[in-house]
Amino acid sequence: MDTLVKTYVKVRADFTPEGQIVPLKFRTEDGMPCLIDRIIDIRPAPSLKAGGQGTRYTCRVGEKLIYLFNDRNRWFTESVD
Amino acid sequence: MGRVVLHVDANSFYASVEVLYQPALRGKAVSVCGDPMARHGIVLASTPPAKRRGVKTGMAIWQAKQVCPELICVPPHYRLYVHFSRMMRAIEESWTDKVESFGLDENWMELTEPGFTVEDGARVAESIRRRVREELGITVSVGVSFNKILAKLGSDMKKPDAVTVLDEAHWRERVWPLPVGDLLYVGPRTVRKLAPLNIRTIGDLAQAPPEMMQRRFGVNGLMLLEFANGLDKTPVRRVGVEETIKSVGNSATAPHDIATPENARCVVYLLAESVGARLREAGMRCGSVSLFARTTELDVAGHQCRLPRPTNITADIGAAAVRQLEEHFLDWLPLRSLGVSVGQLTPDTAPLQTDLFGEARREKQEALDRSLDGLRQRYGHQVVNRGIVLTDRSFVRVNPKEEHFVHPVGFLQGRRGAG
Repeated sequence: MDTLVKTYVKVRADFTPEGQIVPLKFRTEDGMPCLIDRIIDIRPAPSLKAGGQGTRYTCRVGEKLIYLFNDRNRWFTESVD
Repeated sequence: MGRVVLHVDANSFYASVEVLYQPALRGKAVSVCGDPMARHGIVLASTPPAKRRGVKTGMAIWQAKQVCPELICVPPHYRLYVHFSRMMRAIEESWTDKVESFGLDENWMELTEPGFTVEDGARVAESIRRRVREELGITVSVGVSFNKILAKLGSDMKKPDAVTVLDEAHWRERVWPLPVGDLLYVGPRTVRKLAPLNIRTIGDLAQAPPEMMQRRFGVNGLMLLEFANGLDKTPVRRVGVEETIKSVGNSATAPHDIATPENARCVVYLLAESVGARLREAGMRCGSVSLFARTTELDVAGHQCRLPRPTNITADIGAAAVRQLEEHFLDWLPLRSLGVSVGQLTPDTAPLQTDLFGEARREKQEALDRSLDGLRQRYGHQVVNRGIVLTDRSFVRVNPKEEHFVHPVGFLQGRRGAG
């Protein structure tokens, strides 16, 4: 766990007229594009594994659940246990 | 109507935020260290494991490492702390707009309303404690009481991540046995002066004769007596973090010792420049300028001078600081570090007594400084530099604006305002 390094990812997102940011897809650190099928939950939360804090999007990507964090407009991911 | 006041205090604030961002540090003895005044620096905040080993805020790093050899020192990230402070405040403001900052990590909240009981206050406190932990990943301790002094005392009684209620019926039995130094504004010096009078607990203080307190400590003595008797009436004012800035300071340890007067002038100007920039950013003017120096033997000295009129112009601040350098410090060379700080701040919206002939010059200078600030904001600090700074290219790399300290305004100012 201690060796886990936080990497920021590239994200494509929609900005709604209401001012919300809705991430659509992101690229993993090895360059793999990941399409977000559904956002299940949005809330402010700390990232205990990667380290940090931000608006946490719980995303369904294929079969997997992934946390996508927006920390002052820089985005990073964390796996969901 | 009984008041309900909360005091929310973030536990080991700077250190907690650092650990949150660097999970590898979790559970370790960590201190946030940084004093621009010395290459050795001082401890600003520590995690509970470091505190248990005897590391205290204000210790020099070498002292801290003596009591705790495995201590990990990390530099401060001030902007991140401000961000967390704002988020904490936003959570509190979902209950009331009467939130008063006391530094970045502490806020009072006034929840007084007809029918709102101390039990309701305790429920709000629980909810704040939970939300801060779940949303921000740090912990707070909250004091719930009927005035600011007791609420603050309560937030110190149980940490971390806890709520303490001191209600009108029961506060005495819990507060009076505490050492008198736990009371806000009873510092170590006052504790030493109170000891020969047999005043060791808050209860002793509460029962001290008012005439004696006034004779020994003046008006402040009577104020402390009120505090100890739960009679503090100061209101919670709407004060943001920005308004709590009392002084702006900046110092730099140069890449090499500052050996010549030219070097020293160059560093002082660099510092004055960044202090001026931050002053303008904060919308303030200053009435005094201080210069601090640390020699290579680590002796420290400082001198302060008053300015003829409040200013936020870099050239004015720089000239005042250089004057002090020339009057007091040139014999001290070589220097290890220099610091410039400004005080007696007033908002730049406050009216100025204008100087008939200097006014045009002042406006021009302010406009020039603001354009420079704008350039630097967009293109980085190095895009423009003063000619004097080029006398030693190695100083051009120093960007003093990042390292800075900001002190909270005193509680007493609010008290005076309350009359």
